[in-house]
Amino acid sequence: MSEADHAKLGAFLQRAPYVRFLGMRAELAGDEMTAILPFSPHLVGNTTIPALHGGVIGGFLEMTALAQLWVTQGSGKLAKTIDVTIEYLRPGRAMTTYARADLRKVGRRVANVHVEAWQEARSHPVAALRGHFLLAGD
Amino acid sequence: MSEPSEPRFPGGAAQVGQHMTTSVPQAAALGMTLVSVGEAKGCMAVPWREDLVGDPDTGVIAGGVVTSLLDHTCGLAISAAAKGQMFGTATLDLRIDYMRPAAPRAGVTAEAHCYKLTRSVAFVRAQAWDADPADPIATVQAAFMMSPRSA
Repeated sequence: MSEADHAKLGAFLQRAPYVRFLGMRAELAGDEMTAILPFSPHLVGNTTIPALHGGVIGGFLEMTALAQLWVTQGSGKLAKTIDVTIEYLRPGRAMTTYARADLRKVGRRVANVHVEAWQEARSHPVAALRGHFLLAGD
Repeated sequence: MSEPSEPRFPGGAAQVGQHMTTSVPQAAALGMTLVSVGEAKGCMAVPWREDLVGDPDTGVIAGGVVTSLLDHTCGLAISAAAKGQMFGTATLDLRIDYMRPAAPRAGVTAEAHCYKLTRSVAFVRAQAWDADPADPIATVQAAFMMSPRSA
């Protein structure tokens, strides 16, 4: 990952109001981007546990996929989500959540992306997303 | 069928719906509103707001907002199917197909139908639209685990 990639990621995080609504951040280390969602009370969907809202986890996973595509593609345009399947594995507790995206296939028009989110340990994921994204420019 | 001793939400599914929009922090933060509750069905909406936009180039509401709305509306449909009985739900999976982006500066409405409810699992279909239910922006297929909860 280059200086340019850091700048692109910074631009992505700055531009979308919904990223700021979530309070999502991201870091680049080597060739890996890690998205970070610090806990905030407005993200809670179940006050009894308490647990993050399923939609928040889904939105965070989708934004992680879009951020990874944004940095890798560098077209300056956002890819469009075609479909996503979100699998919930454990409750998202009231703590920081992390996610990494794996671009399984980036074709000319469509990308297949897998994203996994975890909290305390990467080996214990809380949720996963698989999705197809229409690349910018198509 | 539920046992008479099982706790129930006093006002039924409509009251559950009100509770879901005002007492769940994420729903309140999104400004979610209850539209209607029917037979195993629920309908909710999120009005457009500047800070919920996913792509400032288009002004379209973010996919994550639609995901929260759809997940929440599925929960309401399950409440309606359970006829006010108290329970906890945990989303197993949610498959969302995006037909088209919502119109710029448009709010989103979602309707969900819990078409099968067993003691353990609820199966739900839902769709979301901006202006016309016959022209959806997204469709959903989801499964939820059910767990009994005391009042």
